[in-house]
Amino acid sequence: MANHSHAPRPLGGSAFTPFTLLLGVLAAIAGVILVYRFIYGLGAVTNLNDGYPWGIWIAYDVVVGSAFACGGYSMALLVYIFNKGQYHPLVRPALLASLFGYTLAGVSVIFDLGRWWNFWHIFWPGYAQVNSVMFEVAVCISAYIVVMWIEFSPAFLEKWGMKDVRQKLNKLLFFFIALGVLLPSMHQSSLGSLLVIFGQQIHPLWQSGMLLPVIYLMTAIMLGFAVVIFEATLSSTGFKRQLETPVLTPLAKIMYWLLAAYVALRVLDLVFRGALGTAFAATWQAFWFWIEMACFVVPLVTLASENARRSAGKLFLGAVLLMLGGMLLRINGFLVGYMTGEGWHYFPSLAELMVTVGLIAFEILAYIVIVRNYPVLPAAQPATR
Amino acid sequence: MSETFIEEATEAAAEVASRLRIDRREFLQFCAATATTLGLSSGAEAAIAKAVEKAKRPSVIWLHFQECTGCSESLLRAEHPTLEKLILDVISLDYHETLMAAAGHQAEAARKAAMKANKGKYILVVEGAIPTKLNGIYCKIGGHTAIDMLKECAADAAAVIAIGSCASWGGMPSTIPSIAGADSSPTGSAGVAEILGKPVVTIPGCPPNPYNFLATAVHFLTFGKLPDIDQLGRPKFAYGRIIHEHCERRAHFDAGRFALEFGDEGHRKGYCLYKLGCKGPETYANCSTIGFGDVGESNWPVACGHPCIGCSEQGVGFTKPIHMTAQLKGMSPPASYPGVVEQQGKSSFASAAALAAIAGAAAGGAAMLAKNLGKQDETAAQKKGE
Repeated sequence: MANHSHAPRPLGGSAFTPFTLLLGVLAAIAGVILVYRFIYGLGAVTNLNDGYPWGIWIAYDVVVGSAFACGGYSMALLVYIFNKGQYHPLVRPALLASLFGYTLAGVSVIFDLGRWWNFWHIFWPGYAQVNSVMFEVAVCISAYIVVMWIEFSPAFLEKWGMKDVRQKLNKLLFFFIALGVLLPSMHQSSLGSLLVIFGQQIHPLWQSGMLLPVIYLMTAIMLGFAVVIFEATLSSTGFKRQLETPVLTPLAKIMYWLLAAYVALRVLDLVFRGALGTAFAATWQAFWFWIEMACFVVPLVTLASENARRSAGKLFLGAVLLMLGGMLLRINGFLVGYMTGEGWHYFPSLAELMVTVGLIAFEILAYIVIVRNYPVLPAAQPATR
Repeated sequence: MSETFIEEATEAAAEVASRLRIDRREFLQFCAATATTLGLSSGAEAAIAKAVEKAKRPSVIWLHFQECTGCSESLLRAEHPTLEKLILDVISLDYHETLMAAAGHQAEAARKAAMKANKGKYILVVEGAIPTKLNGIYCKIGGHTAIDMLKECAADAAAVIAIGSCASWGGMPSTIPSIAGADSSPTGSAGVAEILGKPVVTIPGCPPNPYNFLATAVHFLTFGKLPDIDQLGRPKFAYGRIIHEHCERRAHFDAGRFALEFGDEGHRKGYCLYKLGCKGPETYANCSTIGFGDVGESNWPVACGHPCIGCSEQGVGFTKPIHMTAQLKGMSPPASYPGVVEQQGKSSFASAAALAAIAGAAAGGAAMLAKNLGKQDETAAQKKGE
């Protein structure tokens, strides 16, 4: 299946550098805040209130976090469903980033639950309300986390030399890979459906009604590709490896056309719903809407030519802007464009922010530790400078 | 099974509908509403429809004693357009002092005739308390005391239903006046069960919800027996739970948000009326779930902003002062309450600064990286060019 010259190998090297130490400290701070939160409750740590029961722990950690973790999904879709084998070396690192992104997104839900000790109710037949979107999201994300650990387990099995298990798993892996494509398609669209239910509480710029699931799914797949470009570029420069631009250029082309389709859909939706007028009002919502749209439109211009997509710099900037755009789409929908009534407002507390920062730090730290010790990144010559 | 019921019912329902000069749909809606009030399973509405159409209307003798006729009024004044017609169609009201056209000896003759013709089959409904002091001389009809009339009519009745708090347990006439030395009501009023010395079905309330009476009558008509009752004779479908349990203001009680006086902020915001003396926590009735006046749940005392006075509950209604707080039954308030003033959101300068710093660092880092990558691109292009 895999090209043997590109067979993944552990990077090696020390796990202790000033950078990893910083990440560790940030993660530890988040840990301390979370212990405090679990003992003294949400009110002691967050700025959440009755009007804003969801803050950045849901809007960023879960909704954006899981979208950023769509690299594994997008690559699996491309490689296994559309049978584009040339991207295979990108699958495993993408999967690793997704693995932690999703696991932490799933765990973050527990941080945000007021009565967190009841979290298992949603999985328990008598308690679960099977007609709710939230149920779909919760069960789907949990199932995907399990599926992803199984999908990624060959990396561990290879390292531990468990060849028998690896061979047996290989026979079943197609099933989990299929699930690994199905499940995110379901819940990434359902994350958009959550906003459908909010109805008029969402600003018209983001209340696309029944198109919301489509918009969220499209951007999730697009973000998946953007994250793969972002993360491949970062690990190449960070670990001083050769840039993977030759593989990323054709990937960027797929991403580009997806982006073009998305921008067209988004604008047409706004026009047909008659919501575009609100974008010209002097409101915070309109301000953030334009920034969000700029993040999508700028890459649409800068990555238009094949030549531009061959440039590692432009690719990286385009990917970063798309990630920012996808993040803003979600933050705007869930927080900026959320209008729950006169007088209510929300801005995350420092402690809330530090938990989110700590989670991101933990994700990066885990990624570094695993690629150094387990076969994830394709074996390649060191960068020629 | 229930489907065949419905098919049969549909044909016959058309007949009833034309007889009553109402929509077939309206008639079936009534049957479904009655089944729901009774808490019966689905399919029961078809059985009820069939019974209402086919069964011989039971003869009803309705006695009035010490009362205000509020119970009869509430039945007749119900705004539901078909209710009055249905009452008269579901039952054969052979004797009702306020409704019958006959008067004097003619009326009494009608009662005797109905009792004779339907011996052992008629339903006796009693409205009003029965005075017992001085051999019951405080209430006489056609020369007979209330006690004698009740005993006479009850002897051959298939079932006895006491409607209203007065007939159920004495109600307002049985209240002991707040005069020094008083130990009983002036007329020694008692409920039906006390006089007959056996349990009867009671529909307490002042007035009771007409649907509770109607549903009881329809249950008798459909199943040939009266619904399950509790130890005080109250049908369980209507009086099985405390008003407080399903009160729409219950969440305010649990959260500790109370109206403290009429017209204060809490009262205007619809907070719990417990501290204004609401007797919902110690009164068994379904007021909070079916409401009054056929306009839905928003129309009952508590919904209108007045505390429940516990009119259906002996020892509470007309006994406890309106402003006395209720004795909580089977539930206790939480040990601590959340604050009444809702925090509408805090601002945090530190986190805004931190967010700006993070955004700045990320933007700087990305820009530097892109710049370096750009240089690499250039050198790669130059190499190619060479």
